[in-house]
Amino acid sequence: MEILLSILVGVLMSTGVWLMLSRNLVKFLFGLVLISNVANLVIFTVGGLTPGAPALIVDGGAAQYANSLPQALVLTAIVIGFGLVSFTLILALKAFQAIGTVDVDAMNLAEQQSNAEETL
Amino acid sequence: MNGLLICCVLLPMITAVISFIWPGSARARGMVSVTGSILLLLVSSVQLYYVAVHGPISNQMGGWQAPMGITLIADMLSALLLVVAAIVATCISVYSVSDISDERVEGGYYTFLNMLTAGVAGAFLTGDLFNLYVWFEVMLISSFALLVLGGNKVQLDGAVKYVAINLISTVLLLTAIGLLYGLTGTLNMADLSQQVPLVENQSLVAVVAVLFLIAFGIKAAVFPLYFWLPASYHTLPISVSALFAALMTKIGIYALMRTFTLVFPGEHAAISNTLLIMGLLTMILGVFGAMTHSDIRRILAFHVIGSIGFMLLGLGLGSPLAMGAAIFYMVHGILIKALLFMIAGIVGKLGGTYELSELGGLYKERPGFSIIFLLAALALIGIPPLSGFWAKLLIINASLSQESYIVIAFVLIASLLTFIPLIRIWSEAFWKARPETPKAHVKTASEPDAYAWTPVLALSALMLLFGFLPSTVINLSDTAANSLLEPSAYLSAVLPGDEVAATENAQ
Repeated sequence: MEILLSILVGVLMSTGVWLMLSRNLVKFLFGLVLISNVANLVIFTVGGLTPGAPALIVDGGAAQYANSLPQALVLTAIVIGFGLVSFTLILALKAFQAIGTVDVDAMNLAEQQSNAEETL
Repeated sequence: MNGLLICCVLLPMITAVISFIWPGSARARGMVSVTGSILLLLVSSVQLYYVAVHGPISNQMGGWQAPMGITLIADMLSALLLVVAAIVATCISVYSVSDISDERVEGGYYTFLNMLTAGVAGAFLTGDLFNLYVWFEVMLISSFALLVLGGNKVQLDGAVKYVAINLISTVLLLTAIGLLYGLTGTLNMADLSQQVPLVENQSLVAVVAVLFLIAFGIKAAVFPLYFWLPASYHTLPISVSALFAALMTKIGIYALMRTFTLVFPGEHAAISNTLLIMGLLTMILGVFGAMTHSDIRRILAFHVIGSIGFMLLGLGLGSPLAMGAAIFYMVHGILIKALLFMIAGIVGKLGGTYELSELGGLYKERPGFSIIFLLAALALIGIPPLSGFWAKLLIINASLSQESYIVIAFVLIASLLTFIPLIRIWSEAFWKARPETPKAHVKTASEPDAYAWTPVLALSALMLLFGFLPSTVINLSDTAANSLLEPSAYLSAVLPGDEVAATENAQ
């Protein structure tokens, strides 16, 4: 199981990086979504997989129990990641509406010398 | 006294909520934020005093003893930096009343400002790595909101780059924390400092340490990971630029200092040369970048990068002297950057533009204000007896004692080059006559009100005081450096039970 998940992590990570190398902002964001899920899978996997073992220990105690901390960490990370991703998608939409392109090479307004005056 | 710790985090959060639901005008909401920041300043000052007298204080959240629960801990470094952050938050709250449009305040400007302060306070005070990640997120999402609030085209364009690169650093940080947990089974930093040396596969620890270095390096805008900073800082309202320039990057440096002294002391020694080279290049390239620009805000944004280099040098040298110098430089850097950006805001208001070629004649019109700028600029360059001089002197002193002459050469060259862009601002904006036919994009000059002048005057007075009487802060930063490198007091504040067990075993 660990090996399978490790391979999955590798595949997702490389796909994510490949997408992020794109000049298209939307593809970049999909890559970002993938690698943020890779991070969650990494925490889940390195925390130790205990299939079938209970997370709560009853009186007397089971011989093997699942460590609930990695799951709590992943849950926190998923919630935070969800918030960040939805924010970023809206930001990309707004940027597309304002600038009119999702090609990151064309998104260089902030680098131009003359444009800096707008926010005075 | 342990309640102080949670107060420092809760106060800005409560202020954030109140400033959001406050029914009054934009100015009234600003006053709520100012009051909250002043309270935070008071509480954190008491905390600094307490830590200075009694040593580190800690508090276990929810009564769960470390390493099970989440620990809040204030040692000298956190307490000192928190006071400085509170000073900056107060000044910027006041400045925002004059600078931030009603529209942005309606959008929740003060709420995000205070949530960012809460994130900063939490990141300084937490003793738990995953909790550090959470505070980074609190800070990050507030900074995103501040970044796009009332956004025009240019601001959105800058924001996309800032958000993208910061999300990558976040994913790296999370992965690194996950891997470290897998290796050691704990997230408490004090506990980690005892568990990490026991890990069998030390090469994996090194990999994780490098992941932390990259993740925090992006946040701190260290070479070669700094390119997002000059792409976004100048697009913001000046209060937000000042806040980001003063605090955001320094949190990255703080996190590097904390993790590499407490969790990875072994790896710290191994990569100290890498840190040194990164620091030297950051320093030099920041200054070179500043020389190529003619917009005051862009020049200052590159100086932010330059000063990050100096702090990294301290960590790279690694001796108590050098760490003390880096912490002193951090205190100086945070305050002077906030001051310079606010001064730039006033220059922008008086001149109607930030473009040097369009400015001029400010010395003739405002001799008093010109002197304030000159003092702040000289303090940044490091002319005695201003604060930057002591900061650089301490770093040179530390490198002398380690016979790192290359570092001294670079520090001196970088300081000399810092002179050029700042004196260009002085000669262009203040000395030369104003161009007779202004270009179309130059706006009409407006008079900054008292809310803009007060924080500038207060902060300049503080910087002067800081320059003439540096010994208190030098002592505090040396204590902070020693407690970083000799973390026994930190450890026993977090893990009192373990410490007792260890002594019993010894007997």
